[in-house]
Amino acid sequence: MEHIVIIGNGISGITAARHIRKRSNHRITVISAETDHFFSRTALMYIYMGHMKYENTKPYEDHFWKKNRIDLKRAYVKRVDTDNKAVIFSDNSAMDYDALVLAVGSKSNKFGWPGQDLEGVQGLYSFQDLQTMEHHTKAGVKRAVLIGGGLIGVEMAEMLHSRGIDVTFLVRENRFWGNVLPKEEGELITRHLREHHVDLRMETELKAILPDKNGRVRAVVTHKEQEIECQFVGLTAGVSPNIAFLKNSKIETQRGIMVNRYLETNIPGVYAIGDCAFFREAPPGRRPLEQVWYTGRMMGETVAQTLTGNRKMYEPGSWFNSAKFFDIEYQTYGTVNANPAASEAVFYWEHPNGKKCVKMIFDKSSEKFLGINVFGIRMRHEIFDKWLREEQNIDHVMTHLADANFDPELYRRYEKDILRKFNQENHKNLSGQPKSRTRIFG
Amino acid sequence: MHIIMRNIQKTGLFIFIAGLLVFIGSLSLSNFRLTAEIIDDRIGATTKATYLKKAAETLHITDREYRSKFGFIRDLKISFNKANDLLLADYGFTREDVDRIMAHITTPGVYSEEAVAAAFGNGSIDISRQEKFRGSTSWMASQTYHNNAALRKAMEQKLPDLNQEVLQGVGFQGYALSEYTFKITKSASEGILTDHLRAIFILSFLGTILGALLFIVPQFKEGPPGIKNNGIFHHPATNRGWLGMIVGGMLILFYIFLYWFPEYITNWTLLLDPVKKWLGGPDAEADRWFLYGFLYTLVMLVMGIRMFAKYRGNAYQMVRTTSVLFFQTGFAFIIPEIMARFNLPARDLKNAWPLDYTGFYDYNLEALTTGGGTGKAILFWMIGLAVIVVPVMVYFFGKRWYCSWVCGCGGLAETLGDPYRQLSDKSLKSWKIERWMVYSVMVFVYLMTLAVVYTYLPTAEQATPDKWFTKGNFIALIWVAMAIGMGLLFYWQKQRERFSKKTFLTMMGISGAVLMVIGISHFVLKAENLFFFNSYQVRAWYGFLIGSAFAGVVGTGFYPLMGNRVWCRFGCPLAAFMGLIQRIKSRFRITTNGGQCISCGNCSTYCEMGIDVRAYAQRGQNIVRSSCVGCGVCSAVCPRGVLKLENGPDNPERIQENPIIIGNDGVALNLKNSGK
Ligand SMILES: Cc1cc2nc3c(=O)[nH]c(=O)nc-3n(C[C@H](O)[C@H](O)[C@H](O)COP(=O)(O)OP(=O)(O)OC[C@H]3O[C@@H](n4cnc5c(N)ncnc54)[C@H](O)[C@@H]3O)c2cc1C
Ligand code: SF4
Ligand code: SF4
Repeated sequence: MEHIVIIGNGISGITAARHIRKRSNHRITVISAETDHFFSRTALMYIYMGHMKYENTKPYEDHFWKKNRIDLKRAYVKRVDTDNKAVIFSDNSAMDYDALVLAVGSKSNKFGWPGQDLEGVQGLYSFQDLQTMEHHTKAGVKRAVLIGGGLIGVEMAEMLHSRGIDVTFLVRENRFWGNVLPKEEGELITRHLREHHVDLRMETELKAILPDKNGRVRAVVTHKEQEIECQFVGLTAGVSPNIAFLKNSKIETQRGIMVNRYLETNIPGVYAIGDCAFFREAPPGRRPLEQVWYTGRMMGETVAQTLTGNRKMYEPGSWFNSAKFFDIEYQTYGTVNANPAASEAVFYWEHPNGKKCVKMIFDKSSEKFLGINVFGIRMRHEIFDKWLREEQNIDHVMTHLADANFDPELYRRYEKDILRKFNQENHKNLSGQPKSRTRIFG
Repeated sequence: MHIIMRNIQKTGLFIFIAGLLVFIGSLSLSNFRLTAEIIDDRIGATTKATYLKKAAETLHITDREYRSKFGFIRDLKISFNKANDLLLADYGFTREDVDRIMAHITTPGVYSEEAVAAAFGNGSIDISRQEKFRGSTSWMASQTYHNNAALRKAMEQKLPDLNQEVLQGVGFQGYALSEYTFKITKSASEGILTDHLRAIFILSFLGTILGALLFIVPQFKEGPPGIKNNGIFHHPATNRGWLGMIVGGMLILFYIFLYWFPEYITNWTLLLDPVKKWLGGPDAEADRWFLYGFLYTLVMLVMGIRMFAKYRGNAYQMVRTTSVLFFQTGFAFIIPEIMARFNLPARDLKNAWPLDYTGFYDYNLEALTTGGGTGKAILFWMIGLAVIVVPVMVYFFGKRWYCSWVCGCGGLAETLGDPYRQLSDKSLKSWKIERWMVYSVMVFVYLMTLAVVYTYLPTAEQATPDKWFTKGNFIALIWVAMAIGMGLLFYWQKQRERFSKKTFLTMMGISGAVLMVIGISHFVLKAENLFFFNSYQVRAWYGFLIGSAFAGVVGTGFYPLMGNRVWCRFGCPLAAFMGLIQRIKSRFRITTNGGQCISCGNCSTYCEMGIDVRAYAQRGQNIVRSSCVGCGVCSAVCPRGVLKLENGPDNPERIQENPIIIGNDGVALNLKNSGK
């Protein structure tokens, strides 16, 4: 029986712990400085908006851990001593391990802006950040400025909006989430944010944050020398791996903790998973650093196999992701680049109300289906995963789209409209297959 | 724009509260005066009425003006007691009667009917008293008593029973007494309320409706469609805060008065008399059940509009809400009124046994079987609904077709209760308690109905061409039905394990035991009561504990404390039955969308049935839970489009015991190969 120590009780660390427990009798300790129990980071916004309490965001009841013999320790690890196989806590006490899993997540980016540490300026990543935000926005905040248009930015906008705080959003690119979303989708979201009275300023960068006489934020200045009065600033220009405490250890880090495809670091018996893991060689078709919930979970599942005697390579299937922008849900399966490659053909359909759209990418010559972005319509993961795995062509996808629809019953369906447009643009004459329960459920 | 809407809403809230205050205040807007005419009118020109009038007069209660309802009702109750005393004095039996009989006993210790006859006089009252006394003592003739003292004692012991019988016949007692109290109090109202009925009706009902709508309608314009649960856990009305407790307290009080002290809320029925007459004809009169039905429907309609505003982007929610409003307004409220108007048996035709636990009580069976063709058709429908329509529909659509599309309790939960859905307890412990409670109620109600019907049916000797269906037939029928049920259960369980072994064995065990007990009871012991208990007493307790206290007081009053489905989850026997079918044999499931769940917890939080939806979703597992009422809100609030309520084949993939989350190819394949 080995002692497996996991630093980080986020989705990756906890998934690893659960799967190790399912498959072995090892002693497991999960360490976190953030909270006593695992909670869903993705639900932070809902606590602030009053949809849920902190309690509701815990995916497992508190008695779960004891029952599954997963020891929890609330402490901050200030150093890892790989020579002696020990982690050292902030109170200088130590804990020995046989195997160490680093699942330490990310922290919000701060790019050295003047005034970035003023009172009322913050990112949103941890539970403590949420408490700080609660404190900073309790009273007297009329306008907030958000720096950087990504997912956490939109969430913060929605959070502030729910408290009646006006939001100005500074976005460096010419459209919203421009490094991920193609033009049409970016514009669709931009329109929707404006519908919610978010004051979006494209191609605008932050120059400095100005204090009032008490050291609290008073305004921001853009690189166009515009001054925007505000009482709160959200720094939402992305996150990066949380690796500062490893600086003096022998574990190799660059932008993240360097791992091979087996999630192994340069030190035997030390692994890294989740947001903090940076692949020396990325899995095919994937990026070396993927900071999302799902990849954290999958790395946790994988490392648990390895730690229980079944050394396993990290092999994620087709990429998928989802998000919600105020009222518009977004799902994606396969690969849709912000700017299509020359070999890629693009099909785009948008509902006349401008709030639903489907973007499909396929190979120009082989017509192989490559990926889909869908807004305002839900699609079946399983079906798209299957189509991508089977390397179906776009015609197959188009004709069987009804199988993939995952909207609630009684919703209007758009397969016909989508197919009509596709036929027109591509001079085809496909006819849609009705939804087949046999194909969907086997 | 925003400010204007807020102000409209504030005005609405103000008007609503004002209307509500008028409505509550209307309870104290009358004086009361009891007159002989009222008594005659309410009781009819009977002996009872005569005695009550006499009692009220002796006590100087008649024609007196009461300013306080409490004083009036107290004195009215005293009059009833007094009337009972007077009745007993004339019709009752005392020790003196026994003395007189004893005086006519010739052989010491030997009862004689002649002695009884001789002891009573010849007046018409005397003769009926004499007969009554003989009726319940004649068996003493076959007894031997050591001496006169023993005989006297035996007769004296009979006195309380005899007097009880007298009161039951001509006195004021039990249910009838509370009905009289209610009706007389209602008629005795006079003053401001009755003088300004229309104005008070408008102020209280139109006021509250208008106020509520002013509060609700602006929500349609509050930003683009999209479910906003903003601030729910910050607001004292919806986070078990003080406001919620006040609302809960008011609801509880309402139910307590409605069920047990209706005479204190007669003014509300006065307010509704015009509505009742408009619906049910000039002779109709609003009683407390009409009041309840009216308020229930009204609240559902108004809160239904709130549902439309809140869920306006979600077609499933819109249609489903329309459906519950339709069934409540049409089937539960209006149609029974119209049936009654045409002298047909008034029933809520969608109310299925065993939720409708009185459906097969003797008085209903009697009314329906003697109610001509319509009555029989209704009885036929009630049986068909309970044993065919309900299970078949659950097979095709899940129990949602009833619980969140048709049912009245469900309808209230989904409209008035929607703001409280997040308060249901999601813990494993509450799930355990839930299963124990709801299935106990289910088994209990089944046994009770069996017993009641059994008691009602004739024995083979008592059967007539009209009432040919005997106790024996009934037992045979139940045996066949249960055997089929158990056979199916066995077959489905063999096919694949749909229940845990323990659950399966428990179900088989209980069914087997019931089969045996009713067999032995009927064929061997020829017992009068199927389960050796008095079915009348049991059902009185059920009505009190489950029908009123649980379904009403707790079921609705606890919305702000334990969520909007307390009754449906912990108490409803119909929901329990449908839940079993939903689990064993149904096409319904909530599909989890592959690996898209982010474990945020919105689904679990807003599941009114306290199902930890997330626990399934984050494992990539379909949700197939007996308790799911298919409200669709988990799917509606999920920010990642993970959940879909749908019907599909009932194949092994519907309930996945060991789900595999897709997305992680390496591990998924490995799990598949290892069979884990
Ligand atoms: C507001 C917000 C919304 C998001 N929404 C989505 C979404 O919708 N979909 C999606 O896919 N992803 C989303 N993400 C990203 C997602 O939450 C992360 O990818 C994921 O939580 C990373 O999990 P992890 O286990 O790798 O790390 P984390 O969840 O960050 O866990 C790391 C834990 O380790 C602890 N820790 C770190 N260092 C130490 C130390 N030295 N000593 C002790 N403890 C330490 C940290 O305190 C933390 O508790 C969101 C992120 C945020 C902040
Ligand atoms: S609401 Fe959706 S994403 Fe959130 S836990 Fe439930 S299923 Fe998962
Ligand atoms: S699981 Fe979903 S559909 Fe079922 S009762 Fe709960 S919230 Fe409603």
